Amino acid sequence: MADFWRRFRRNIGAVVGLVILVLVGLTAVLAPIVFPFSPWEMRGVPFMPPGEMGFLLGSDSLGRDVAAGIAHGTLVSLLVGGVSTVVALAIGITLGAVAGYAGGRVDDAVMRFTEFFQTIPSFVLAVVLVAIFTPSITSIVIAIAIVSWPPVTRVVRAEFLSLRSREFVQAAEVLGRSRIAIMLTEILPNALSPIIVLSSLMVATAILLESALSFLGLGDPNLMSWGFMIGAGRSVIRLAWWMSVFPGIAIFLTVLALNLVGEGLNDALNPRLARRRGMVVT
Amino acid sequence: MSLLSVEGLTIALPPGGERAHAIEDISLHLDAGEILCVVGESGSGKSMTASAVMGLVPPGLPIVSGRIVFEGTDLLRLSAEQMRELRGRRLGMVFQEPMTALNPLMTVGDQIGEVFRVHGETGDVRGRVLRLLEDVRLPDPPSLLGTYPFRLSGGQRQRVMIAMALALGPSVLIADEPTTALDVTTQMQILRLIRQLQQEKGTGVLFITHDFGVVAEIADRVAVMQHGRIVEQGPARAVLNAPQHPYTRALIDAVPHGTARATTSASEEVLRLDGVRKTFRRGGGLFKRGSAVVAVKDARFSLAKGETLGLVGESGSGKSTLARCVVRLFEPDGGSIAFHGTDLLRLSRAAMKPYRQRIQMVFQDPYASLNPRRKVGDIIAEGPVTHGVPRAQAIAKAKDLLRLVQLDAGALDRYPHEFSGGQRQRIGLARALALDPELLIADEPVSALDVSVQAQVLALLDDIRHRLGLTMLFITHDLRVAAQVCDRIAVMQQGEIVELGDTAQVFGSPRHAYTRELLDAIPGKHWMPPRQAA
Repeated sequence: MADFWRRFRRNIGAVVGLVILVLVGLTAVLAPIVFPFSPWEMRGVPFMPPGEMGFLLGSDSLGRDVAAGIAHGTLVSLLVGGVSTVVALAIGITLGAVAGYAGGRVDDAVMRFTEFFQTIPSFVLAVVLVAIFTPSITSIVIAIAIVSWPPVTRVVRAEFLSLRSREFVQAAEVLGRSRIAIMLTEILPNALSPIIVLSSLMVATAILLESALSFLGLGDPNLMSWGFMIGAGRSVIRLAWWMSVFPGIAIFLTVLALNLVGEGLNDALNPRLARRRGMVVT
Repeated sequence: MSLLSVEGLTIALPPGGERAHAIEDISLHLDAGEILCVVGESGSGKSMTASAVMGLVPPGLPIVSGRIVFEGTDLLRLSAEQMRELRGRRLGMVFQEPMTALNPLMTVGDQIGEVFRVHGETGDVRGRVLRLLEDVRLPDPPSLLGTYPFRLSGGQRQRVMIAMALALGPSVLIADEPTTALDVTTQMQILRLIRQLQQEKGTGVLFITHDFGVVAEIADRVAVMQHGRIVEQGPARAVLNAPQHPYTRALIDAVPHGTARATTSASEEVLRLDGVRKTFRRGGGLFKRGSAVVAVKDARFSLAKGETLGLVGESGSGKSTLARCVVRLFEPDGGSIAFHGTDLLRLSRAAMKPYRQRIQMVFQDPYASLNPRRKVGDIIAEGPVTHGVPRAQAIAKAKDLLRLVQLDAGALDRYPHEFSGGQRQRIGLARALALDPELLIADEPVSALDVSVQAQVLALLDDIRHRLGLTMLFITHDLRVAAQVCDRIAVMQQGEIVELGDTAQVFGSPRHAYTRELLDAIPGKHWMPPRQAA
């Protein structure tokens, strides 16, 4: 673990990303304390530029506080990103593990099913799904999960395919262990590194997807989110740039941070690759 | 004056390594027309010595002191440009891994021809390449010119490598374990080829190897390395037959001696294979048929209680596949595998489980056969726990087993990567023994280990086998090892058991031509290690 941390720290970008992520997390936690009112509440004169009338980041077309909106929207974004990734991982790992371990016909069937999902443009599918299930936080999470599991399946399958022929897996087989035990305790722990890296990037993609859905007006109507704020500010961008720019920066920073952390995790979890960039190997 | 001499060469390792120097105070010399073997176990610095002569020391490893004098000039003082000119022209090198040393996207002809072009010799490249291919005894040189490396076997590629190394008639050839990755019959061909070429052309050969059999086969002089130092140096005959340094003696003692052991009398039958077949199908899909490779055809043999049967053959002979069929890691296409009269092939996965306890396996690669994410204690206790033994009891047993395989109990809480190859192989053995099996299948259990460690593991295996009365199926490509361990030997060639008999009979009066060929190819077969001969 100490070793992992040392390798992670060597990548400065990743550390910066982690710091940003911690700040974003803090914002989400502290939002109800710093802004102890609903982000939908009208707090003053509309279209106030940043810094005036006590609006740190300005006010929107109805006099709502943009800063409060961003702060309260943080939790929604992180939650949607996190939960949908967990759901996508659950689907992806299960299917990938079964396909990779069983091989043969099962593998063929699962992979054709996966390809079926991959041929449909994911954003279009997400829009359709949310539209059918009526926009709510649950339907958004499910839609995002449904469009983002195929890459997980492919990665997990590839890992399982290569690991299942390794001798320690064969040894477990000879010992008479059950297939599920072999998958869970022998193979999966060794396949975790790419899954962790992939999932950090998936959280970023999910946040972008959620923002895009809200931008189109398919967000949860009861929850303030960054995408919704950009969508609302879009028509008045020449009049009140701050309405779209600040939520945009929030999305940008969070997604960037997640990508940086993902890269750092990749370096730290695959030391052999990382070492090539700098240190001498004897 | 000698052709090449290394004087007091010391190369440092980065600080914090296991020792301060990769090689320390190395002095050796090579004359024209002789073969100098540098022998040592992995990590002894023998390859580093070869790299230093070629000027290929990895950046970051400073050369602290010493000189490498080649034809009167100190190589360490030359510029990179001058060194490049010498390499290939005056110094040729052959590497260990013939599968990766050739560019897969260039034809053999272009690849050898490039050696000439790089050194500015453009006249009649084609003719010279053809002559080289003839020199290294490759069949049909003209058609080989346009062939890509993937069509060649390992031995043929190694011949191409040798042709490239000898293209410009270097006065020194450096061969870094050139036959280690090859099968025993191919190895013998390559050794003979190097011997012949060296005599024809008067080249000095610096031959790096870990195998004393190879040394006995071709060396004129020997230098033995340990921990980066040369511990003994001298004429081959003297070093092989009257080693002075204790380390050399230990190494030579560890060489499997290849003398057959007394056979045990036959008793109750444990395992009987009848007509076992396995064919692998590659490629193919919904719409096309793949190609088929017959790995095992019609294998039949039986194993009596307490007996060790050796399955011997070269790579691709199907010996590992056959072993894996017995434990049902592969499903055979037909035949029967009877264990105490029960045909294992008819059993379902669940019905097979009780038999899993009684048939266990030790794997080849000590680095791949232990799960890197689990502690040694869990790895060993896993089997008993799976079969319903309470965990505490299983761990206690794991502790006893570690003692049995001569590791200390502290190993329980450590991870596999903290152990050396030999130690890991002991852990693998402990895992197999944890279920108290009757039949142990050992798939090349020592072929990935250094010779001295190999001897220890073989001794341990033999000791445990006697103590626990195990029946064993022992797979190996090394006939010397097989002779030492097995009561009976089955020789496999292209999926078929071509000869099966008592070890003494197979070695003494082989019936099949292929067996004779294999026996003939054992490197250094005329040499008897001194202590064992006495």
